[in-house]
Amino acid sequence: MTRAPGGEPVLAVRDLRVTYRTGAGPVRAVKGVSLVLPPGRVLGLVGESGSGKSTVALAVMAALESEAEVTGEVRFRGENLIGKPERELRRLWGRRLAMVFQDPTSTLNPVLTVGDQLVEVLVEHEGRGPAEARARMLELFAAVQLPNPAEIARRYPHQLSGGQQQRVSIATALACKPALLVLDEPTTGLDVTTEARILDLVDSLRQRTAAGILYITHNLGVIARLADEVAVMYAGEIAEQGPVGAVFARPRHPYTVALLDCLPRIDRPPATRLLPAIEGTLPDPRAEVCACQFAPRCALAQERCRGEHPGWFETAPGQGARCFYWERVPPPGTVRAPALAKPRGRASTRPVPLLEVVDLVHHYRQAGGLTAMLGRAPIVRAVDRVSLGVVPAETLAVVGESGSGKTTIARCVTGVLQPTAGEIKVDGRPVPRRPAARPRKLRRRLQIVFQNPDLTLNPRRTILEAVARPLRLFGLVDRRTRRSAAARLLEAVGLEPRYLDLFPAQLSGGQRQRVAIARAFACRPDLVVCDEPTSALDVSVQATVLNLLASLQAREHTSYLFISHDLSVVRHIANRVVVLYLGRICEAGPTEEVFAPPWHPYTEVLLSAVPSLSATSVTGTIRLEGPAPNPAVLPSGCPFHPRCPRKLGPICEREMPPLVTTDRGHAIACHIPRADLLRLQTAAPVPVS
Amino acid sequence: MRVFVFVGRRLLLLALVMAIVSVLIFGIVQILPGDVAVMILGTSATPADLASLRQKLGLDRPAALRYADWVGDAIRGEWGTSLLYQVPVRPLVLERLGKSAVLALVALAVAVPLAIALGVLSTLRRNHFLDQAVGLVTLVAVSVPEFITGTVLILVLGLQFGLLPPSSLIDPRASLWSIAPSLVLPTLTLVLALLAHMTRMTRASMLDVLEKPYIRAARLKGLRPRVVILRHALRNALLPTVGIVAINVGFLIGGIVVVETVFAYPGLGRLMVDAVNHRDVPVIQMAALVIALTYALANLAADVVYAYLDPRIRY
Repeated sequence: MTRAPGGEPVLAVRDLRVTYRTGAGPVRAVKGVSLVLPPGRVLGLVGESGSGKSTVALAVMAALESEAEVTGEVRFRGENLIGKPERELRRLWGRRLAMVFQDPTSTLNPVLTVGDQLVEVLVEHEGRGPAEARARMLELFAAVQLPNPAEIARRYPHQLSGGQQQRVSIATALACKPALLVLDEPTTGLDVTTEARILDLVDSLRQRTAAGILYITHNLGVIARLADEVAVMYAGEIAEQGPVGAVFARPRHPYTVALLDCLPRIDRPPATRLLPAIEGTLPDPRAEVCACQFAPRCALAQERCRGEHPGWFETAPGQGARCFYWERVPPPGTVRAPALAKPRGRASTRPVPLLEVVDLVHHYRQAGGLTAMLGRAPIVRAVDRVSLGVVPAETLAVVGESGSGKTTIARCVTGVLQPTAGEIKVDGRPVPRRPAARPRKLRRRLQIVFQNPDLTLNPRRTILEAVARPLRLFGLVDRRTRRSAAARLLEAVGLEPRYLDLFPAQLSGGQRQRVAIARAFACRPDLVVCDEPTSALDVSVQATVLNLLASLQAREHTSYLFISHDLSVVRHIANRVVVLYLGRICEAGPTEEVFAPPWHPYTEVLLSAVPSLSATSVTGTIRLEGPAPNPAVLPSGCPFHPRCPRKLGPICEREMPPLVTTDRGHAIACHIPRADLLRLQTAAPVPVS
Repeated sequence: MRVFVFVGRRLLLLALVMAIVSVLIFGIVQILPGDVAVMILGTSATPADLASLRQKLGLDRPAALRYADWVGDAIRGEWGTSLLYQVPVRPLVLERLGKSAVLALVALAVAVPLAIALGVLSTLRRNHFLDQAVGLVTLVAVSVPEFITGTVLILVLGLQFGLLPPSSLIDPRASLWSIAPSLVLPTLTLVLALLAHMTRMTRASMLDVLEKPYIRAARLKGLRPRVVILRHALRNALLPTVGIVAINVGFLIGGIVVVETVFAYPGLGRLMVDAVNHRDVPVIQMAALVIALTYALANLAADVVYAYLDPRIRY
């Protein structure tokens, strides 16, 4: 734990413990955390859900509910905040101590203009008059690079994009020049290009202000990009802490190594192996701590780890880990997970597509009811003439940001939505648009795994009922055999039969997603549409689910239409990739072709936006400017031209560029010739190897 | 500007609603038991007399034609003559509507702010004495039928202590101010009946809103509790209460026969019941139509208030 030359730390947390009193006994959320944050530095607090990182954030703000029992010290410039009455805290909150939350949509008040929500802070703390406060508000909005601050200030939160909302929140937090800024997952849920620009903003802030920044996230790439120091949390404790470069290069806690290893990497060629997943689950937070908490999931665990709680070991100057055997911890990248059974590329030798989408169009009116009847609602062109094909046993990834139409394509394929025009073929034969008109056999062959298993598993049905339902529906089992059949399906996704009689709420998020996958695979489908199947999951769980999908594919020769916004996951799992922007394909081809230059300028922007782990890669070279895309107002010509960093000229505004395909199956829709793109993109430093 | 477009469009929709309602009212009156001619002439009338009266009243014509005539007359303001009172229907109904509106407005003017205040106070003292007391008292008040609360109030405040006039036999020409004392007891009775629902709704939606992330964000901006509660929470929490107020407006105009009867208050509800009892068809039809119109307008007003409270609501 270093102390910067800056002097007195803004924040010093010592042996912080937070216990929630619940009906089921005390839940220990934070179990002895110590942190030091000097002014002008960024401390990254990283952990998965349940690690206690958000509880630490709230404890630092002294904002925990009264049900929480807090002990230890949270010293803000030497002053202990724990036990301070709210009346005194109110003088610090928003003025000296400010916080930016995850999901700006829900942290801005929907019924007040965003300008007023900032002005009230200035009025409260600095006693400014309305005119003076307004002038300062406009300054602050300009400082966070909101376009046209006066116009933005009059708007309500729902009239802003997610990125703009988060800029407003950041401006509000900065209003009174706080000494400590707590950022709790400020970019989670934002599109990757928006995230990149918010991270740029935080980066520039850290150079401009003297505030200490506590940055909480689950994303190791963000930490690598922004933080000076990192603290890795596991089960309410700090597993490891130290300077970011040192910790990521040579972690000394097995959990840190496992976290780094289980990440699909955008800067590495597609895996020929499974991801080294972290098996097992977090320990019960109600249990007394009397052993290493990571031991049950640790490959290096010894007898001692299971019987004694490890203390804090100084592994290098300014770096420490909570592990008895930190000297034996191998560097990241040395764990060899089992090889992927499936021979990759095999798919391309089979020319007959299982699924074909031909010139798919889906338009709808933005508003229903009376407005639509009066013909006033704008038409949204969610998907505009998209064609793609999936051959047996391959994974086709459809990539894009919100509003790109990727989910609409998935829904048209599964029949949830009816296309406005175009055709969907299976085995070369057109299928009816409405699911009810599709033959039973066809419905069996097309299944879906949704993003959020919490919303798609009926909370009042047991796992047995959920998994056996499709079996019964398609007449594959009868009452006597359904239990054993369901048990076999659970086994295939790595769950024991005892889960059959549990309800979804009794399972963890990863286990629920496995149940959802078991349900999709119950009737041996030929194609499974995976709609962001891992984006609601922690990275360690994501690895397990991706491995599961890969091994099921190897065994069953299932094809995946894999919808995702995460380029790292896509690079890991997909054979071919389609990149969508505003409902149109801008680039498509085999994964390796798409991830290597030349790129469509939009793909280039996407790739450079991903916060990457590797220290050598150069990110932040290209950023997306201009207004957020709105599918209701399609630009003329190339839909990407208003934001394109490599726009050629008037032709981009006039003509939609054709999708030009090379003999290697790589297609780009851009007016810039391939050779020029390649030259432009290899001249500049690029984020991928 | 947009609000005018919205209101204009909603008025068109309202016309459609009223058209459907008028068909329903007309249809229901048609299938009411009893015969108007028999009602007027008595059971001893000869068949010939009945037939000629039916012809005079137009009762022998097809229902569709009679419906069209009724609607046309109603729109032109020719609401016919009451069979029971033998006076024109229009002044009769409008006069009673005025009386009902006065009572409804006074009752709401007391009940709505009181309910919102009690609801907010309950959430601030959640599960403490005040919260439980408010919950218990409002629940008791709504559980006791109005004729009992009304009667008890008359007995205690009106007769025992003689503080207030126990009934509302009002001279139609009396000024609003002079009838004020006789409004107190019916208002009190209605407030007790209305309070529970609105208080509970305000409390429930306040509790819901106070859990929202933007409330925590507002607190952590260092704003005073008064600002957090009134500026950030209450405006978001009021939407469901507004809906209940709108329904209550319609209820107060046409549905409080019991209270009107207990206090002998000449409201629209009692007029309607009397008319039904005496098969006074012209009065039934117009009173029902006026009550339906009140409901529809109250809901329109609620929608405008919704849009004002929550900028996300745009039509």
